Amino acid sequence: MQNDWRMPRRTVLGGLVGALGLGLAGRTAGAAGAPIRVGGTLSLTGPLAQTAHVCKIVSEIYVEDLNKRGGLLGRPVEYVLLDDQSKPDVTRSLYEKLITVDKVDLIMGPYGTSSILAAMGVAQRYSKLIIQSSMGIPKLATYELQFPATPFGPQPDKDFPKMVFDALDTTPHPPKTVSILTSKFPSAQVWTQGAKAEAERRGLKVSLYLEYEFGNRDFGAIAARVKDANADFLWVGVLGLEGIQLMEAMKKLDYTPPRQFNLFPAPGPFVNSPDMNHALAFTVFEEQPPFTSRPGIAKFVEVYNDRAAKAGITYPHVDNQASGPYSSWQILEAAVTATNSLDDKVMGAWLKHNAVETIDGKLTFDGPFNHGPQHMAVKQIQDGKFVVVWPKELTAPGAKLIGP
Amino acid sequence: MPSLTLLAQSLIAGLMIGGLYGLLALGLSLSWGLLRLVNLAHFALAFLGAYLTYQLGTVLHIPPLAALLVIVPGFFVFGVALHWLFMRFQVTELASLLVTFGITVIIESMIQYFWTADFRRYDSGYGNASFHVGPLFVPTLELGACLTAAALAFATWSWLRWTYVGKALRASAEDPGMAAAFGIDHRRLSFLLSGMCAAYAGIAGTFIALISTLAPAEIWSWIGVIFAVVIIGRLGNPVGALIAGLAIGASESLTMAVVAPAWAPVVSFSVLIALLLWQPRWL
Repeated sequence: MQNDWRMPRRTVLGGLVGALGLGLAGRTAGAAGAPIRVGGTLSLTGPLAQTAHVCKIVSEIYVEDLNKRGGLLGRPVEYVLLDDQSKPDVTRSLYEKLITVDKVDLIMGPYGTSSILAAMGVAQRYSKLIIQSSMGIPKLATYELQFPATPFGPQPDKDFPKMVFDALDTTPHPPKTVSILTSKFPSAQVWTQGAKAEAERRGLKVSLYLEYEFGNRDFGAIAARVKDANADFLWVGVLGLEGIQLMEAMKKLDYTPPRQFNLFPAPGPFVNSPDMNHALAFTVFEEQPPFTSRPGIAKFVEVYNDRAAKAGITYPHVDNQASGPYSSWQILEAAVTATNSLDDKVMGAWLKHNAVETIDGKLTFDGPFNHGPQHMAVKQIQDGKFVVVWPKELTAPGAKLIGP
Repeated sequence: MPSLTLLAQSLIAGLMIGGLYGLLALGLSLSWGLLRLVNLAHFALAFLGAYLTYQLGTVLHIPPLAALLVIVPGFFVFGVALHWLFMRFQVTELASLLVTFGITVIIESMIQYFWTADFRRYDSGYGNASFHVGPLFVPTLELGACLTAAALAFATWSWLRWTYVGKALRASAEDPGMAAAFGIDHRRLSFLLSGMCAAYAGIAGTFIALISTLAPAEIWSWIGVIFAVVIIGRLGNPVGALIAGLAIGASESLTMAVVAPAWAPVVSFSVLIALLLWQPRWL
């Protein structure tokens, strides 16, 4: 809660002078002239607002830093951000407005598969390049000038479940039976259907497969069915809090699954829940080597930790939710700088044939749906911290998957 | 075929969430049935109550029961003030839907301003507590919500049925002109009832804070099912709201256990549509 909203007058004046000083300092790095306006929406209100606030903080940090480094093409950059209320129809209208009324120079994608699809339709109509970081179903992104900033690869619904089961196979007692649940949120559902297919392909017995509506409130009966099935491994295609709610419902039945995986959990409640120790989840970035060894990333992590904590974010650390928008801006900066242009088609052509070093690794865009190879990873909660445990090339020294 | 234990466990889970439905529906049913105001802001008030419980508990370490000593009178006053506004601007039944929608958006924005859009969890230490009866487990907090809903519903029903004030309120709802001719001051009574409805929202909010994780947008996720509960339970009938809540909760839960969880949200509206087509005398 923002308790102290009444600042002493001296603090306000001091802050204004300081801010002015910082602003001037930023401008002196060389950014001059009319700003390059980059328009985009985020779900600042509605059910996706938790993650959108992370994206907003990241974008603000990036644009500030970019302007201190001289902006783009020697001009300062202005991020024109609108609230799409987590609604694809609103997203569509706002992108239309950004392009036709506000006449922004470039656009940046929104958060969430449905909103991205809505924005992509508008971008396609005006032949605008759009970079997005959370399109969980790549095969739906058929527009040639859309570029993914998160390295899911072209078929994450197949590649990622395989990765999880490969990781489990390295434990002393790999699972023989599996219960699979999923929210009907599009990406979670598609990836989880992939997990079911992968489990069956490996000869595992799928004891239970259930789908529930996104936003489901009551997990009591679902928990009873999971307990009844009592499989060796529980895969939950969750989004946000659902995994915690399911776990709490299972605790009330005095049941804890032997091991479990949560696809896209809310990181703060997830990592802080003692019941979730050793639970697995998806990631592409965590605050640990080798991720933080990438150029310039340690500084960003430090600034983000500070800003996020001040903004009241309950998990003020950089993970895949924060790395996605950062990577998006890195791709945009690279395309503008390399082509010395704001022409969407020119930048798109360059991206198709070149790699960009990002926070999420070296990204290429020459594969299906403009994806390059995937760089996904499996993380595990170990004593209140996320630890990347698979694949081996992305684990920190000494880190390993803990399993029964 | 699901085992008997699974069915019984699911039924318990459904009845427990149904109790919370009943608790949340109580104030809305009274407001709609007796004041002719469709108060969407009831949900926002419940969540404001939940966030205040969270804040008082996590920052000031005030236990939930003590928090209710602050929330209930505070919300009563808020309900009275809100009703004064409705009367001042002569808000009609249909207009109340639009006005309270706006108030809900404002309260949601306030919640997001103060507590951010991030998830908030009130770790009371007994959130996961349950006791078992044979092979079945009964969650303690949900049972508390259920019993509170039952106590409030029956107390309110008795008050409306057997006290002068209750009878006067029902008479005013039926025919305000005739009630006024018999010396009933509908205006004063409506302030009292509006305050009570808001206080009930605060009590429901305290249980929501203890049972679920909070996010501002969650306000909207309860509206559909609670509207169905209110209509099925009959407007202005507190015991009806409780029974409808329990029935919907149990039906949803058994659907999850026997058919598939994805079908559960269809249950409340299917029951509502069936009843509206059937038009039983008690509806």
